[in-house]
Amino acid sequence: MQTALSIALDAFAYGMALFIICIGLSLTMGLMRLVNLAHGAFAMIGGYIASYAARDLGLGYGYGFGIALAVAGTVLIAVPLERLLFRRIYDRSALSQVLMTIGITFCVIGITNYVFGPTLKTIPLPADLARPIDLGFRSIAGHRLFVIASGLAVAGGLWFLIERTGFGIKLRAAVENAPMSRALGVRTELIYAASFALAVALAAFGGAVGAEFLPIEPYYALRYMVTFLVVVSVGGAGSIPGALAACLLLGAIDVTGRYLMPDFGNFFFYLAVILVVCAFPRGLMGRAP
Amino acid sequence: MAQASAPMAAATPARDLGRDLAGLALILAAGLAGYWLFPDNLSFLTRLISVALLVLSLDLIVGYCGIASLGQAALYGAGAYAAGIACLNGVTEPFLLILIGAAAGAVTGLLMGTVMLRAHGLPQLVLSIAIVQLLHEAANKAAWLTGGSDGLAGMVPAPLFGLFEFDLWGRAAYLFGLGLLVAVFVALKLLVRSPFGMVCRGLKEDPLRVSALGISAFPVLLRMFVISGAVAGMGGALGAISTQVVGLDSVSFELSANALVMLVLGGLGNLYGALIGTVVFMAVEHVVAAIDPFHWMTLVGALLIAIVLFAPRGLSGTLDEAARILARRPRRAGP
Amino acid sequence: MNPAAASPVFAVAHLSKSFGGLKVNHDVSIAMAPGERLALIGPNGAGKTTFVNLVTGRIRPSAGTVRLGDEDITRLGAVARVRRGLVRTFQVTRLFPDMTPEEHVVMAILQRQGRATRILARFHGAGAAADEAADILATLGLTEVARRKVVEIAYGQQRLLEIAIAMAQRPKVLLLDEPAAGVPSTDTPLIERALERLPASLAVLMIEHDMDLVFRFARRVTVLAAGELIFQGLPADVARDDRVREAYLGSYAHAGR
Repeated sequence: MQTALSIALDAFAYGMALFIICIGLSLTMGLMRLVNLAHGAFAMIGGYIASYAARDLGLGYGYGFGIALAVAGTVLIAVPLERLLFRRIYDRSALSQVLMTIGITFCVIGITNYVFGPTLKTIPLPADLARPIDLGFRSIAGHRLFVIASGLAVAGGLWFLIERTGFGIKLRAAVENAPMSRALGVRTELIYAASFALAVALAAFGGAVGAEFLPIEPYYALRYMVTFLVVVSVGGAGSIPGALAACLLLGAIDVTGRYLMPDFGNFFFYLAVILVVCAFPRGLMGRAP
Repeated sequence: MAQASAPMAAATPARDLGRDLAGLALILAAGLAGYWLFPDNLSFLTRLISVALLVLSLDLIVGYCGIASLGQAALYGAGAYAAGIACLNGVTEPFLLILIGAAAGAVTGLLMGTVMLRAHGLPQLVLSIAIVQLLHEAANKAAWLTGGSDGLAGMVPAPLFGLFEFDLWGRAAYLFGLGLLVAVFVALKLLVRSPFGMVCRGLKEDPLRVSALGISAFPVLLRMFVISGAVAGMGGALGAISTQVVGLDSVSFELSANALVMLVLGGLGNLYGALIGTVVFMAVEHVVAAIDPFHWMTLVGALLIAIVLFAPRGLSGTLDEAARILARRPRRAGP
Repeated sequence: MNPAAASPVFAVAHLSKSFGGLKVNHDVSIAMAPGERLALIGPNGAGKTTFVNLVTGRIRPSAGTVRLGDEDITRLGAVARVRRGLVRTFQVTRLFPDMTPEEHVVMAILQRQGRATRILARFHGAGAAADEAADILATLGLTEVARRKVVEIAYGQQRLLEIAIAMAQRPKVLLLDEPAAGVPSTDTPLIERALERLPASLAVLMIEHDMDLVFRFARRVTVLAAGELIFQGLPADVARDDRVREAYLGSYAHAGR
């Protein structure tokens, strides 16, 4: 019973970390119709900046500052990339998008390794988050609780932004019919750039707070590329509840598999993916094409 | 290729035959040139042929049917492991090993096609990845059969035709591989020109039109998966015979992704493109990756970005384009 | 009243389709005899596209049946219907851009003969099929462009190619979905001539906006409005029908009288 509970809590926290990273990708793929395999590369850049800020700058500003810097820095790197590269493939075929974003990923990995070296980077946790916190029935590492809370906040905030604000309406309009939206005075390029920046910011945030689960190293961008893509596709691109369900389901399967049958590796994870995609070819809560 | 400038003369059988024979002669000449020019690198060149078969098989799926796959190494690895296991268990005749690889690849292709054809678009791509990853984990776990993370080693195939040993210099292996490549290439040229091949092209261009002709897509595509599996399986078996090891890397996402990069580099839907892409990619990798594997990654990444932006039809498509522009100016009569 | 009632080659009966609460097609019944030339017309939003999708098997009806000859094909998929002889053309051309007209027609002929997906055969130079394709293309005046890529030929010729493919399929029932749509008016006579040459025994259902074409081609007209059939009869009578006038002209229908 105790094991089951700790597996469940671990799986929940891991699923939420996945969610924070993947939801940005789900939005770019579902709403902007862009298959961005470089999403993990942005999460990795966020992790590197957070680690660099928290460890090497040594300013003592701590964890929160590191994360804020990670988000801002990654967006700053992503904006010129959007203008130069991504903007040219919004209306190209999925294969072109896959190829270019794999290319960007490879470049980021090569450059990161050149600058930071191949070693693992950690992001030191502040004392408050490193301590276990007593929940009454169980104690849980403070950091995991923080990840869970962040995940819930991201889910709620995004839902509000897309369903309840003017920006959300313009975004959905731009996706449905770009020429019509432009005729109505919606600046679609700006909307696309802003949602791209939002997706990147979420990736960087997730990369930094999720580093306990997905350790930061140069191959990060490629190692987890498949995981992120799989999660989004299982959930159904563009659906926030779908992404949440997929992250929790696949996180649970992954963590349970590792606990109970560690030498099977990711076997059950991928088996589950095949079964789910075959049963729900459009994702758990996918929008009709 | 020349249809645009000389539409009425396109696709006459005699012209096709002439071009095919010239292409085959070119492949053979390049293969034999490699044999004489790089006698110390024959094992690398044999590996190149083995991967070329993988990329050709991927071209059948991606280039001719329009189905994106990042899991083609599942079929290649199935062939490699089947041939490796057979060889360790006393089946050492090289031609038989190639056939075993082809059969294993075909069966895996049947399964992979059955699963992948249930979905479309992105979920389909994800299924291809999940399948290769699943097989990778299975091969890792089933150590009693596959040697796990150590892989299989110590295969000793019987001499070719009972005469030529698969020795350290790899001359027999290379010429064997070159012969296999040419045979497969001829077969695939006939395949893509068959009614079946034309229907596959049709499915890539407009599946709705194909169904309005009364043709069901699923059995056609599934057959292409089986054929593609057989070709990839032969590539895997050739790799197993020539290197005499089979590792987990033969059934990996990385190899699948590299195969797709090579195909796109060379040009989709064009069997020559698959060969050109493989040769260029692996030759440059051989040189640059020896210096620093991360520089190689950066280079491949930049190359991919450049292809998407500037040469979406790949090297062979770009060559076609160049040839067309050159041919237009002097306005020469066709052969 | 209905000449096809005796032994129809094609009949839909009480066909209905609702999306949510919206009745897009309601209780539509049509029967066609061999050799019939029937036009289905109706204002925009009348449910013509849904009707085509129901008949061709792209969507399932909420109620009603579709029969081809003696067989109930309501439950069959789109491909199976084509194989039984119910062939369509597309409102917006659906062709293979990189293939030639000859290749399109040969593929249709090979499929009719059950040879379209053979592996151990040659597509080009397939003797009899190539000759037949040449004949069909000649009938439609497409010989000149037979070996050009479809992307390189004029739109009117692409429309003719749609008809050529359908002829190669030798259907029992042919559904022409706006065969003149998008064709410059100078080229409509070409389409008309092609339609005149369709085999006499073939039942043709044409969905069309161009009333001149309808009047010249059809011997019977049926009008769909707001998902329901409101008129079936002779072309000469259609313009005099009150319900048709109302459907097209709204409340102004009676003002002009």
